Amino acid sequence: MDRDIQIGSKETSDEYTALTPRQLMWKKFLKHRVGVVATCIIIILYITIIFAEFFAPYDKTTTNMDYLSAPPCRVRLFDSEGRFHIRPFVYRRTGARDPKTLRFVYKDNVNKKDFIKLFVHGDEYKLFGLLNSDVHFFGVEEGTVFLLGTDERGRDLLSRMIFGGRISLSIGVIGVAIIVFLGSLIGTISGYYGGWIDNVIQRLIEILRTIPQIALWMALAAALPPTLPSTYVYLGIVIILGLIGWTGLAREVRGKVLAIRGSDFVYAAEVAGASSSRIIFKHLIPNISSHIIVTATLSIPVMIIGESSLSFLGLGIKPPMTSWGLLLNQVREVQVLKHFPWLLLPALFIVVSVLCFNFMGDALRDVIDPYSK
Amino acid sequence: MLTYILRRILLAIPLIILISILCFIIIQLPPGDYISSYRAMVAARGGWVKDEVLNMLRERYGLDQPVYVQYWKWVSGFPRGDFGIAMSVSNTPVRELLRERLPLTLILNFLAFLFTMSVAIPIGVFSSTHKYSLSDYILTFIAFLGISIPGFVLALVVIFMSVFVFGSTYIGNLFSQEFIGAPWSWLKLLDFLKHLPAPIVAIGVAGFCNSMRIMRGNMLDVLGQQYIQTARAKGLLEKIVIRRHALRIAINPIISRVGVYLPEILATEMLVSIVLNLPTIGPLFYQSLLAQDMYLAGTILLIIAFLLVIGNLLADIFLAWSDPRIRFD
Repeated sequence: MDRDIQIGSKETSDEYTALTPRQLMWKKFLKHRVGVVATCIIIILYITIIFAEFFAPYDKTTTNMDYLSAPPCRVRLFDSEGRFHIRPFVYRRTGARDPKTLRFVYKDNVNKKDFIKLFVHGDEYKLFGLLNSDVHFFGVEEGTVFLLGTDERGRDLLSRMIFGGRISLSIGVIGVAIIVFLGSLIGTISGYYGGWIDNVIQRLIEILRTIPQIALWMALAAALPPTLPSTYVYLGIVIILGLIGWTGLAREVRGKVLAIRGSDFVYAAEVAGASSSRIIFKHLIPNISSHIIVTATLSIPVMIIGESSLSFLGLGIKPPMTSWGLLLNQVREVQVLKHFPWLLLPALFIVVSVLCFNFMGDALRDVIDPYSK
Repeated sequence: MLTYILRRILLAIPLIILISILCFIIIQLPPGDYISSYRAMVAARGGWVKDEVLNMLRERYGLDQPVYVQYWKWVSGFPRGDFGIAMSVSNTPVRELLRERLPLTLILNFLAFLFTMSVAIPIGVFSSTHKYSLSDYILTFIAFLGISIPGFVLALVVIFMSVFVFGSTYIGNLFSQEFIGAPWSWLKLLDFLKHLPAPIVAIGVAGFCNSMRIMRGNMLDVLGQQYIQTARAKGLLEKIVIRRHALRIAINPIISRVGVYLPEILATEMLVSIVLNLPTIGPLFYQSLLAQDMYLAGTILLIIAFLLVIGNLLADIFLAWSDPRIRFD
């Protein structure tokens, strides 16, 4: 259905016979330009969150009492007298309370320029619990740089978003592992054995699909004991998302298994005396693995949305952990949205990553059958 | 046709019973027994529960009896319209709460559904008849974008836009302060209508993007078929070919997918209603979860599922009526 995004392909038939399926798939994927761009963005996002401590200019808990709810600072190349600087800089800001509204207002001090440099020393951290360092990808040597502003406790929003991404994006991947395991196992069993087993499983799927997913997620997340430490809550959320999300994949797998169940090679394996488990794992699953990959890719964004919705509602990730949804939790008041609109920025990250996963899944769906037109 | 409808209804009954068991399992999930956690909840708010209230609860839900008795006590009231008591909302009967919120929920979802379809179908058709044009690419991108925005983010964006761009004050709730609890009148209806656009747009966008994509795909499939070629060869106007020959068939998969849309629309509606604080079922469900009032939450979950099963049933019947190729046996 979504094949049309790619730019029309007009290979000659020689090319089809000359290339291996793998080369053909790769070629086809590269043709899907939006998918390639989306994949690149996803790779960049994941590299950023893996090395979050390095890429974030500050630690996620570093507070700045002088910069409470400060708006994003402007990065400049020209100073107030119109002179050009090759190195971008920010003006140092001073905050003062507005006597009328009692809110902090920040003014640029045009005499103090803080130049933004790469690989500066800042907050100390331990990468992967092994490597002690204080080098950050970018930052300023004196003063502060808050590219996306700060929250009400003066914490750098960009840093918190990078650390939050670690939770939001990892939940997608771990949750999908659960989905792939449950979905392909249950789907194969349902399609392969048929009969009453199939019936029971199909009814179960029907029940799970009748209730809106988000409502089930909310109910299960609320059932987690409130005293649970945040790492266990994280695990609990992953498991909840996975336990509800496998139904789509199971249906897809079941359909494919039913389609190849009657093929000659499955009969041949049966006649040769192969056990059911051997047939399932050696013959059936490898044949449908490409479909599993595509459906799994397309369920990552569903999990990201699920986690951020739950955390946004206060039913998901708990502090001191943070996630994009939890960061958005603070903009639920219209007044906050009015005065501090930059706090809405984590939403952009959610949308971009979900969009990229959707585009990537769409490209993969075109690729899985390399011999189609 | 009648036997078909009857059979569908009979098939829906075991489904609802199974769903009620699932909801009951969810009610039982939180650790600890219900009475003591309820007492702790009230105590945490600085309140104190009378023993009579606790006894009444124990009696109502059979809490000191085996699980299957508890299930029966909970579920047997439903056909009679007895939905239990909302402990977290000052012991109000759930029926009272539903009487206010259920009709509004239905109206809101129905309007959002209408909005979704009335926008998605024309745009999907347009997109398919202008395949691979610039406008098609733009619409495709918008559709992907719409699918990728979580419901609560859409709600936030809609609030932001309507308050700060359009300067609307009709945000949050479905009625202005002075009309809450007031009897219906023309003024109240007008006020209600002014509150409607924001939630409906927020709810509708995701569904509209999805169904637009599907509509476009269906139309492309149908337009490639030979009978369309025949119609064109006969010299029919392109307008008639599209409307009467192609659209008539391409719309069927949309109707048969209503069963998939309804839970999605309802899910988005819940999120949007929670963010905008609308007087529908979603926020009540959310509050009950926050207060760990699992009986209320489970009951609402069951009611939602029940509504969706009915919605599915209606969609099936509608499809059978609209598509003569569907067999009734």
